[in-house]
Amino acid sequence: MLGPFLETLIGGLLTGVLYSLVALGFVLIFKASGVFNFAQGAMVLFAALTIARLSGEIDGKEVHLANFVVAAAILGVAVAFIGWYAWREYVARGAGPGERRKLQMLAAAGALVGGIAAYSYGKGAWPIWLAIAATAAIMGLLAYAIERLVLRHLVNQEGIILFMATLGIAYFLDGFGQTLWGSDIYKINLGLPKDPLFLFEGVFPGGLLVDPGELVAAAIAAGLVVVLAIFFQKTRVGRALRAVADDHAAAQSVGIPLNTIWLIVWTVSGLVALAAGLIWGAKLGVQFSISLIALKALPVLILGGFTSVPGAIVGGLIIGAGEKLSEVFLAPILVKQFDLAGGGIENWFAYMLALVFLLFRPQGLFGERIIERV
Amino acid sequence: MTTRMRSFNEVLLSVENISLSFGGVKALTDISFDIAKGEIRAIIGPNGAGKSSMLNCINGFYHPQQGAITYKGVRRSQMKPHEAAEQGIARTFQNIALFRGMSTLDNIMTGRNLRMKTGLFWQALHIGPAQREEIENRKVVERIIDFLEIQHIRKAPVGQLPYGLQKRVELGRALAAEPELLLLDEPMAGMNIEEKQDMCRFILDVNDEFGTTICLIEHDMGVVMDISDRVVVLDYGRKIGDGVPDEVRSNEAVVAAYLGVSH
Repeated sequence: MLGPFLETLIGGLLTGVLYSLVALGFVLIFKASGVFNFAQGAMVLFAALTIARLSGEIDGKEVHLANFVVAAAILGVAVAFIGWYAWREYVARGAGPGERRKLQMLAAAGALVGGIAAYSYGKGAWPIWLAIAATAAIMGLLAYAIERLVLRHLVNQEGIILFMATLGIAYFLDGFGQTLWGSDIYKINLGLPKDPLFLFEGVFPGGLLVDPGELVAAAIAAGLVVVLAIFFQKTRVGRALRAVADDHAAAQSVGIPLNTIWLIVWTVSGLVALAAGLIWGAKLGVQFSISLIALKALPVLILGGFTSVPGAIVGGLIIGAGEKLSEVFLAPILVKQFDLAGGGIENWFAYMLALVFLLFRPQGLFGERIIERV
Repeated sequence: MTTRMRSFNEVLLSVENISLSFGGVKALTDISFDIAKGEIRAIIGPNGAGKSSMLNCINGFYHPQQGAITYKGVRRSQMKPHEAAEQGIARTFQNIALFRGMSTLDNIMTGRNLRMKTGLFWQALHIGPAQREEIENRKVVERIIDFLEIQHIRKAPVGQLPYGLQKRVELGRALAAEPELLLLDEPMAGMNIEEKQDMCRFILDVNDEFGTTICLIEHDMGVVMDISDRVVVLDYGRKIGDGVPDEVRSNEAVVAAYLGVSH
């Protein structure tokens, strides 16, 4: 009995890691701007689609040449943006070491695009690392566009207005991703080992069945969490992010530029979305339903607390493990004792758990409890 | 009552013909005055006189429709709040604006924001230059905490502190930036006599020891007349008086604004 239990538990925890990754993106933006970013799921889908199309496998076929032209055009626009920004800074302040570095970065970016385009024509599909790097650049550009075109104009507005803005961004990204990359189901091939591992064969008869791909995913998530936790708690920029979340005016008064902070935080959560999209895509294939994972992150956030990085992780693990265990062990009991059909527990378990938390511990496991003075 | 008589000759900031309106409401009309380097300058006036609006113009939260502000010899019609901070202007707020989720220590460390320069890369890894810088700045912050006598609440989340202490932490955050010009918006509002005396002492010490120029808004006339070198009086967005405390006290328009006029 212990063997299957542990197997289910491990499987659940590894799925939970993926929930955690999505929830992490939410937490980052919530911490730094007090906004519930509904577009996080769409960002995961967009990142996954981009990687899938650039790395080039559609139902086993290599991608058509025209797609590279599209991709190169996108990157070209990215470089043009960077160039325009560098030029503006240059004009505004006169040349200094900072400007020189920006121009050098611009040149490097141009060289990168040229290299990538040349490589594409010669080779066909992009190797996965190149696709990931290009997607990271695109997510950064996306963050810049969101800050520039949407958030900048909504400083000091109510939270609900910012939320509605992210709702708009979410539907735009869902649609735009399909306009750009099509709506087929794609695969991402990370080249991870596919053969299942059998652990502890000495202890349990037949050992424990574990998917090595999921182990890698868990390692990536753990690494991200450690870096982000330190970043938020111990560094100047981390403190600035928390400061902006607490009070816009006070943050500005100590010299924190809101626009830069928002750009940083959306870029970071874009990169977290990329990691999540990569792993989900490799595991289940890239399809529209990925953007609905966002909804699974909601109970995770309620469990862990909207402002806690460790909370997102622990919440994800609890939900992941909880729903698998309930499906495997609770369902048969319901079937046997109450003569129910017993299916679908996986779908509602997380939300019921979240509801219980809302009743008894609304700030979540790790959330800040704000005591208001009246 | 003793009035301090000190003389200053270098102008740090001058406000020239500032007018500010929100929609049809005129908050400030044609205000001009200057702040000398090293002085304590008070802005007083009845409620709604435009005192806070004036501070908000100086530190860039509001952009006046007319007029300009010259600071350290550079004349501007507007600037952004973080630019003002970069130029050495720090401030506190009328309704305390602390980062409620953070500890006293972290709040004051945030004030060091502009004094810390290591790049994002080192910070993400939290090693090398980023860590050294963190330690150096932490020392400065500990000195400020000693100065303001708030050692006992270093790790406490500020949201739960009593009002008087929150005001003190907010002053600490502003001091952490080592400002040249410190703007204090009602630093003693809602305090008891003992807390007011402490706050007066800190303000005078900051001015004496660090040579920081201070511009403050305050309602307690006793305090204002005691600690400030010069006083500007606003009423309905217009300047009705300007000078050393004794002059202002005997100014008829000022007395009328405060006590009402008999018709």
